[in-house]
Amino acid sequence: MAFTTMVGARIRRREDPRLITGRATYVDDVRQVGTVYAAFVRSPYGHAKITSVDTSAAKADPHVLAVYTGEDLHHAHNLKASLPVAHKMPDLKTPPHYVLALDEVRVVGEAVAIVVADSPYTARDAAEKVAVEYEELPAVVDVEKAAAGPPYVHESLGTNVAFTMPFSAGDPDKAFAEADVVVKQRIVNQRVAPVPIEPRSMVASYDAGMQQLTLYSATQIPHLLRTQLAIVLGLPENKIRAIAPEVGGGFGAKLNVYAEEVVVSWVAMQLERPVKYIETRSECFQAMIHGRDQIDDLEIAAKDDGTITALRLKITANMGAYHQLLTPVIPTLTMLMAHGCYKFENIAAEVVGVFTNTMSTDAYRGAGRPEATFFIERAIDMVAQRLKLDPVDVRRKNFIAKSAFPHTTATGLTYDSGDYETTMDKALGIADYAGLRKQQAALRAQGRYLGIGLSTYVEVCGMGPSAAMPAAGWDSATIRIEPTGSITVLTGVSPHGQGQETTFAQIVADELGVPIDHISVIHGDTDKVQYGVGTFGSRGTAVGGAALKLAIDTIQAKAIKIAAHQWEANPDDVEYRDGKIQVKGDPSKTMTTPEAGFLAFMGDKLPPGLEPGLDATRRFEPPNFVFPFGTHICVVEVDAQSGQVEVVSYLAVDDCGRLINPMIAEGQVHGGIAQGLSQALFEEVVYDDRGQLLTGTLMDYAIPHAEQVPHFELGHTVTPTTVNPLGIKGIGEAGTIGSTPAVANAVIDALAPFGVVHIDMPLKPEKLWAAMQPKPTNGSAR
Amino acid sequence: MQIDLTVNGKQTMLDVEPRLLLVHALRDSLNLTGTHVGCDTSSCGACTVLLDGVSVKSCTVFAVQAAGHEVTTIEGIGTAAELHPMQEAFWSAHGLQCGYCTTGMIVSAVDLLKRNPDPTDDQIRAGLEGNLCRCTGYENIVKAVRAAGAAMRSGTARHSVNDLMPVHPPDVEPPPSGEGIILQQLQETKA
Repeated sequence: MAFTTMVGARIRRREDPRLITGRATYVDDVRQVGTVYAAFVRSPYGHAKITSVDTSAAKADPHVLAVYTGEDLHHAHNLKASLPVAHKMPDLKTPPHYVLALDEVRVVGEAVAIVVADSPYTARDAAEKVAVEYEELPAVVDVEKAAAGPPYVHESLGTNVAFTMPFSAGDPDKAFAEADVVVKQRIVNQRVAPVPIEPRSMVASYDAGMQQLTLYSATQIPHLLRTQLAIVLGLPENKIRAIAPEVGGGFGAKLNVYAEEVVVSWVAMQLERPVKYIETRSECFQAMIHGRDQIDDLEIAAKDDGTITALRLKITANMGAYHQLLTPVIPTLTMLMAHGCYKFENIAAEVVGVFTNTMSTDAYRGAGRPEATFFIERAIDMVAQRLKLDPVDVRRKNFIAKSAFPHTTATGLTYDSGDYETTMDKALGIADYAGLRKQQAALRAQGRYLGIGLSTYVEVCGMGPSAAMPAAGWDSATIRIEPTGSITVLTGVSPHGQGQETTFAQIVADELGVPIDHISVIHGDTDKVQYGVGTFGSRGTAVGGAALKLAIDTIQAKAIKIAAHQWEANPDDVEYRDGKIQVKGDPSKTMTTPEAGFLAFMGDKLPPGLEPGLDATRRFEPPNFVFPFGTHICVVEVDAQSGQVEVVSYLAVDDCGRLINPMIAEGQVHGGIAQGLSQALFEEVVYDDRGQLLTGTLMDYAIPHAEQVPHFELGHTVTPTTVNPLGIKGIGEAGTIGSTPAVANAVIDALAPFGVVHIDMPLKPEKLWAAMQPKPTNGSAR
Repeated sequence: MQIDLTVNGKQTMLDVEPRLLLVHALRDSLNLTGTHVGCDTSSCGACTVLLDGVSVKSCTVFAVQAAGHEVTTIEGIGTAAELHPMQEAFWSAHGLQCGYCTTGMIVSAVDLLKRNPDPTDDQIRAGLEGNLCRCTGYENIVKAVRAAGAAMRSGTARHSVNDLMPVHPPDVEPPPSGEGIILQQLQETKA
């Protein structure tokens, strides 16, 4: 095996020169002659009947080319299809989700009409000339009220409950009856907004001669988007080209098929002009999917020594007003991961998905797993607090042992590999945990409140085996050795910041023995690249990279045959060694991959029966998910006068198996931690009772500035997996999953002297200050 | 109305609507698409450019306000043939992922070092508070600005992206963190 030089090296990213010089092409940078610009008219109400739409003033505007309403699309043009939701739930309620509202709006920001004009400015002017009359209906925003009864988001359903999924394993009732201690807590995992710095962006054009639709979109899933456009628009899929050029962050929010993508495509076909739509940040807050928003009611049973024996759990998940692509699937992932890295066998759980008059929730970095990690890691700390045990000891007592892998959990997942204790011990050593606890006691004596929070997370990613996914879970790679020796790699994943143009080239450079500069990694264009599933669920390298490894194997096998024929040797006696082809044990005669590629191109010196050309397309179907894990330790100080949290230090020791480029992996962890920490301390999407979005701009919604996050200290351990041929696990979401509970546990630990057991996120100063005030009765907070 | 301004050292005449924002004049009239738009409240800083050498959010400046002034965009900060030390440092420190905030971040950081050539990490974080990044957690951005400051103070020559990409030695294990590092930081913070 190779893996000698490039893999494992901290090389600078190959995508960066264009990005740092302003020469990259994001969707808004795509220039096409004759482009016209779209603006959407959106609902100002959380729930209302549309009584009339008057487009005459907008249509009379000389800058305007066209105005279309829901009526126009649904009746005149027969675009009746609903937006897709991918799921395998037999009883899921799937009310229609039209691309433009027909007679009722169910969420603020729902698109009602589209206006197309000669500039973005005139389009927005004209959108204001569309007069829509509404009759406001009662809205429901609170998920528990919505679950209990009317008003209904979709009157025809007669309920707001989209689905209920019960689950039971072991004998939880018996375990609870025999428990020494039961901790019960309602944990709200608040709604947050993904906020990629590039909002949703798209430009569609239609070549009427070729009958070809081309859609540039800031998407994580160009091929899946193409498939869904074909279905919703009723077009042959081979007449659609979807392109994800440079994409300015996704975080799951661009793993979707949005109404605007369909409408803009359709309008481009009507007008035979390129139509560009770049949403504003305010529109993005309203109409891009949100994340989290679950209420997790849990009861956990334990023995006096800290052994966890059972979990009862009810997950009430807010779906929003409609299903987007994966809306109902997300909370089911929470249930699957309810175990965390602990070995208890008895679980009773129920997931309830509920419609409300809010934007749809869907995949946001971690997507269902952060919620699980949050409640189980909080629960472990609550058990420790109740039993007056160190949270480290409770974790150690309940960890799935290193020797127990592969380990099948009560919820039916098979964790591939893990060594939770080693990773935790490494983190405890780096942090000097014992010293920290001493420091904490000393500071408390001075009236200063230091908190130490641990999170020992495990997560499920590398999505995933097709049988366990709502749609295909495999991915693809093509490698072509071009006649002049350069190498083209086409990957089915669609990176947008994750750096696979670099890491995939590192792998190929080593295995095929070529300089990295000779390798070009192409992605994100359905007319160039074979079908691929895309980038999400920390699958890019774990699945896409594994497909690449298979393609390498095929190239090497054929190159060996070509070289053996040239040398009149038996192919069995020829091998790849250090990236070159040679006769086994005889390094004097070698052939490079490009040389073999040239022979394959010339075609006249090939062994009989061997096709010309040296290229390969392979697909990797993962036999299982992968399960990265780690220990995060956060230290905070809470100011008793103001409730202000200062994050004193942050340490993450992660294990995602083998690292291709440690610098890139660390970058993923840094960004993930910042997002998870920010959920714990700052972020919250708030709707009022009528469904008005109160956090609709970056002035009202807090994503952190540089000053608001600390330095992140990182370490890692390496526990490879056998799930894929690279031995790697995903690392895109681990930081987010691990960090939120570490921060929350630290803050609540700081407030332990005040009898605080739990406070819901975001842990804002006013909440903490209130919890630190002397109380007339028992001092525990909500 | 007609305005004259200098963009990246080049005298430029533009015919603009009075309400046209500078960022749109740069992007759409001059095709300088390296300056990005990330919000509508002057919060994110993706559109940062230099106006007479001082960083401004070009979404909050009308094009007509730039008449008679000098504008420098990311395209004028450095090129692939001659990278600005700040660009070089963002590249080497992995100070970017999706790249969307990066151009505005680099422009802001260039302005920051002009005002304070040797900032502490805290000063770097404070100095970049007008620029939002959702990918990096700012860790490597701070590292990049620190490195750029050192390079600029020592007068390191500009590099080209065509210089062979420096390949750091294989490094399976990151630099050792050392025992007790968190406690040490805590004591430093509280000293």
